[in-house]
This record gives sequence, C-alpha cells and structure tokens, in this order.
Amino acid sequence: MTKVYVSSVIPAPAAEVWKLVRNFNGLPGWAPFVAESRIEQNAQADQIGCIRSFTLKDGGRIRERLLALSDYDLSCSYAILESPMAVENYVATLSLTPITDGNLTLAEWQAEFDCAPDREATLMQQIGTGVFQTALTALKNRFGR
Amino acid sequence: MVRVFQSTIIDAPIDQVWAILRDFNGHDRWHPAIAFSEIEGDDPIDAVGSVRHFRLADGGELREQLLALSDKDRRLSYCLLEAPVPLMGYVASVRLKPVTDGNATFWEWRSEFNPPAHRRDELVKLVTEGIYQAGFAAVRTLLRGRSVGSPIDARPSQAVAAPAPSVSVPRVLPTVTPGQAATTRAIVVERYGGPEELQLREIGLPQPTPNEVQIRHTVIGVNFIDVYCRTGYFDLLQPPGVPGMEAAGVIEAVGSAVSGFSVGDRVAYACPPVGAYCERRNMVPDLLVQLSDDISDDIAAAGLLKGIAASFLLHDVHVVRPGEIVLIHAAAGGVGQLLVQWARYLGATVIATVSSDDKARIVERLGAHHVIVYSRENFAEAVMRLTGGAGADVAYDAVGNDTFGGSLAALGIRGHLVSFGQASGPVGNWDIGRFSSKSVTISRPNYAHYTDTPQKLAPQLNRFFAALRQGVIKVEPPRHYDLAAASEAHRDLESRQTTGALVLTV
Repeated sequence: MTKVYVSSVIPAPAAEVWKLVRNFNGLPGWAPFVAESRIEQNAQADQIGCIRSFTLKDGGRIRERLLALSDYDLSCSYAILESPMAVENYVATLSLTPITDGNLTLAEWQAEFDCAPDREATLMQQIGTGVFQTALTALKNRFGR
Repeated sequence: MVRVFQSTIIDAPIDQVWAILRDFNGHDRWHPAIAFSEIEGDDPIDAVGSVRHFRLADGGELREQLLALSDKDRRLSYCLLEAPVPLMGYVASVRLKPVTDGNATFWEWRSEFNPPAHRRDELVKLVTEGIYQAGFAAVRTLLRGRSVGSPIDARPSQAVAAPAPSVSVPRVLPTVTPGQAATTRAIVVERYGGPEELQLREIGLPQPTPNEVQIRHTVIGVNFIDVYCRTGYFDLLQPPGVPGMEAAGVIEAVGSAVSGFSVGDRVAYACPPVGAYCERRNMVPDLLVQLSDDISDDIAAAGLLKGIAASFLLHDVHVVRPGEIVLIHAAAGGVGQLLVQWARYLGATVIATVSSDDKARIVERLGAHHVIVYSRENFAEAVMRLTGGAGADVAYDAVGNDTFGGSLAALGIRGHLVSFGQASGPVGNWDIGRFSSKSVTISRPNYAHYTDTPQKLAPQLNRFFAALRQGVIKVEPPRHYDLAAASEAHRDLESRQTTGALVLTV
C-alpha cells in the first residue's frame, strides 16, 4: 500500500473553501488540469455512491466513485474506478480544517493505492505533486489576496 | 459541555514542533503561564498514564495525566486531575500536521470540559487565550529564537570561521601558569595488545602551537573504538601513543591564531586524533564543542561520541522512518541505549537484543518494544516470529562476528544491515552474491566520514543536543574509573559486564 499526503494553507475561511470543494462535480471550476466533468446516471453530486466522470486537459479520462462526504468534518472520500494511471485500490480523501488563528484553512489531500513496485515513485510524484499539490496551489491562488 | 478549538500555523518543520510539544514535562520551558513542572514518580515523560505536576506563575498548582501519545499522528491527549479552577472533566488534545508546500506545521489544540454556568465565559476565555493562544505565541517565539542561535542550542565550534594561521604570526606564549606546561599524566600504549598495555606515564606537554588550544580534561570517555586502537585493529594509534577520542574539560591556553575560544571555556570533543587519555593535551579546536551550562562534563564525556554516532546512524546511514522495524544489538550498551530511545522516538518498532535478563530490564525501560536475550534464544528466528515473517527493515550491529550472520537472517526483503563495530571480532569474509536473496544493503560507516569537518559535525551536534534537552534520549550517569585505572575500564568494557557509558576521571 502506497500513501501520498499533501497539504496547504488556503487563505480563506474553511466554510468558504468547503462551498467550492464540496461539489463532487465541480473540479473543472478550480482544478487546472480538469477539462470537463459530469455525474453518471443523473445522480446528485452529493449522493454517496455517485460516479463522476471527467476528462483531463491532456485527454485522459477518469471515473471516480464518491465514498463519503461530511459537511460536519469538511471531508470528502472517493475511489478511482478507471484511470490511465495503473493504480489499484485507490482511495483518496480531501479534507479541510479551520485555522482559527487568522481564519484560514488547512487543506489536506491524501491517497492510498497499490501499484507495481517500479511505478511507485513515479506515481507518488505524479499524484502528490502533479495532481494534489497543483490543485491545492490553484485553490490558494483563487482565494489569494 | 463546552468545546474549545484553536489552531495555527507555525513556520517550522513538524519534527521541530513535535519535539517541543511531545515532551509532556517540557511545557514549563516554553509556556509563559507555567513556572515549574515535574513528572510524578519515576515515569518517563512519554509513558501513557504519567502525571505532570506543575505550578503556574501565579502560584496555582495543577496535575494532568497523559492519556494518549502517538508519534505516528503526532497527537497527544491529556486530562486534568487537579486544578485551582473548576474545569470539570477537562480533556484536551494537541495535534500536528505537516504543511507540505513549504516547511510549516499546522497545530491544533482542542478540549472539552464542563464549567459551572456562571463561570463559563471566563473559563472558555482562559483556555482559549490564556493557555492555547499564549502557547502558540510562545512556541513561535521559542523557534524563532533558536533559528538565530539562542543559548539553549548546541554551539558548534566557532573556529569554523577562524582565519588560517599565518606562519609569520609570532608565537605568543599561552597563558599557562609556570610549571604546568612541562609534563602531564597520560595512559600510554607502548605496543598493541590487551588492557594491560594501558600504562600510566608522565609525558611531555609542549606549549600549544598558534593554531592549537590546551585543554585540561575533567572527564574522559571510554569507547570501544579505544579498544580497537589499543589492539591495533584500527591504525589510528601508532605506539607509543595515547588512546582516547572523547573528553570534556576546560581550555587553559589559546594559541595566537585561534579565535572563538578563550581560557576558561568549557569544551568537549569526540574526534581523532587520539590522545584523550591524559590530564592535559593540545589540539586544533576545529571540532571542539563549547558546552552550555545545562550539559555537565560527565554527560558530555559519556554521551558525545555515542550520541553523535547514534545521530548519524539513525538519520544519515539509514533514515529511520515511522513504522520501520529496527533491530538493535547490544542495546544496553552506550550507543545501544541511545539507539533504542531515539529509534522509538522516530516512530520505529524497536527490537533489541541483550546478553542478560538484567540488561533486558534496562532496555525495556528505555522503550524497546521487544527484547531478545540472545544467549537464550536464536534472535533471527525471534525477529521473524515477532514480525510475522517480514523481518527487520534495518539492523544496527556493532557486535560483529557473533551476530553478523544472524543479522542478515533477521532482515526483511531490501533490508539494511548497518555494521558499525565488531566487539566480538571481525565479521570475516562474505560472498556478496548471497545478499541478492533479499536484496540486502550493507553499510560499514566510519565515524570520521560523518564528523571530520565542522560542517559535517554541526548538524549531528545540533540533533544530539536537541534530543538530549527535549528528553528524547537520556544519557545515564556513567560509571567512573580513575585515569590510572584505564586498563580496568577496558577489561570491564570488553567483558560485556557493563551497561551504559564508562568514563575516566582526572
């Protein structure tokens, strides 16, 4: 099992950041590498078990299932069903925690997955830096003052 | 029930912040409200259930009990047992998280308690501002102070920036009182051999050269490397010569080209060239460490070489990660005791081996998760059993001949054997082809290669002194021998009868 963890301080109150990231169908609105997204089977974006299908700007297609969503803990977990990344048992969680000192937000994004041992380093880099940190940086800039 | 939640970002790496907060008895060193704190009984600071009894700057006394501690999640929880204010049922927890873009740390401090209704607002404010927010500010200040070199940091040699001595500098007579400069008592090895070759002699002591200082030793460390020098296994000592690579003392004279050191400075060192087993010696101060007041000569002489070794063994030769299985041989010995405590602090599962039940008890107290008495049980099999067949991620082996094969057998796939000594004899010749059965990595580190310049030494010193001050590692008071009894000290060290460090006093 490989684990990836990244985190950033977002310069906005947690409730405001949550409004944006809570939308399981909303990646194109803030993640710079996502071109378009839709929820399969006409489901609601906050219905546990719903599947988002989105395309990346480089053409790749990813399908992910919503496993958990908590408006109380400000966290969202999902699993990859299909992706070009050759990962298995991939489960990720994006969560927010208020930083009371300054009214900011700690955003954490973590994933666990299985992969071929020789691909592990590349995938950790690709997912940790290429996807999660890039998206958190975009989030930071969006709320940046 | 009220809940208080406060969080902040500290601009320092998480390990630094955790080292401060993890010390359940360390809050009197940073929190402005706390004047004095002690742990009740003989409990270690990181034993769940331990009770800290502390006094506030305003005189109030409190007792709090550690309920949970996790180096994995960097979280600790505690409850209030007694307080001068009605914080009924107060349970608090502190948790850190790394901010990965940059090097900062997220710190949250939360609690629940039942205040009497009429004092609710007052007590919530006390906890929120007086305890948590004031604590955030204090730790921030503490860390900021450290980065500019506060007195509580280890001060590595200031001679780093010393100008190169010029041959044209006239030799200034050092300020040694007459009569002291002529000779000094020393332990001399006339020829390689057993402990009996350590003979007390009166030898000449020249004035220090312009780029040397003269040190009067107070306490001298005894290390296994001294045995290797005595027997000729290492050629660091050419007979006739004085062994010893570690000591603490006071500077008595300073060469004209030396800067950064003054007569009267308390110093210690753990480095070649050999020559520590004596009352006085001259040496170039590049690798001298100035001692701050909270480090005694005893602890410096007992702990410096072993602490520096433990530092680079756990952080450089192999980087011990949380969750790793670490096998440590001779765990009750000088370096062994430090490795056990430090590896545990780093989040590893520590499996220790010792030669007797008495030593097993010592090592258990230091926090080893599993202790194997290897005289009674095949340790390689025991490691496999304890790890469900996975084996150790790294084995620290300074025993050598007796354990090397077993250490290989105890490693898991892609395990790392760090062979840093041969107390029981050389490890002999091995066919490296065999190591492919587990993709084993072998390291044979040499102390000098990690410590022989001020630049290499400084991070090790900083890590060691920080760990010492934060209670991560404790250096037990050493066993004392008179300088003249050096041969007895070597005999005891080699007989494996001793635990902890041995020192010679002058």
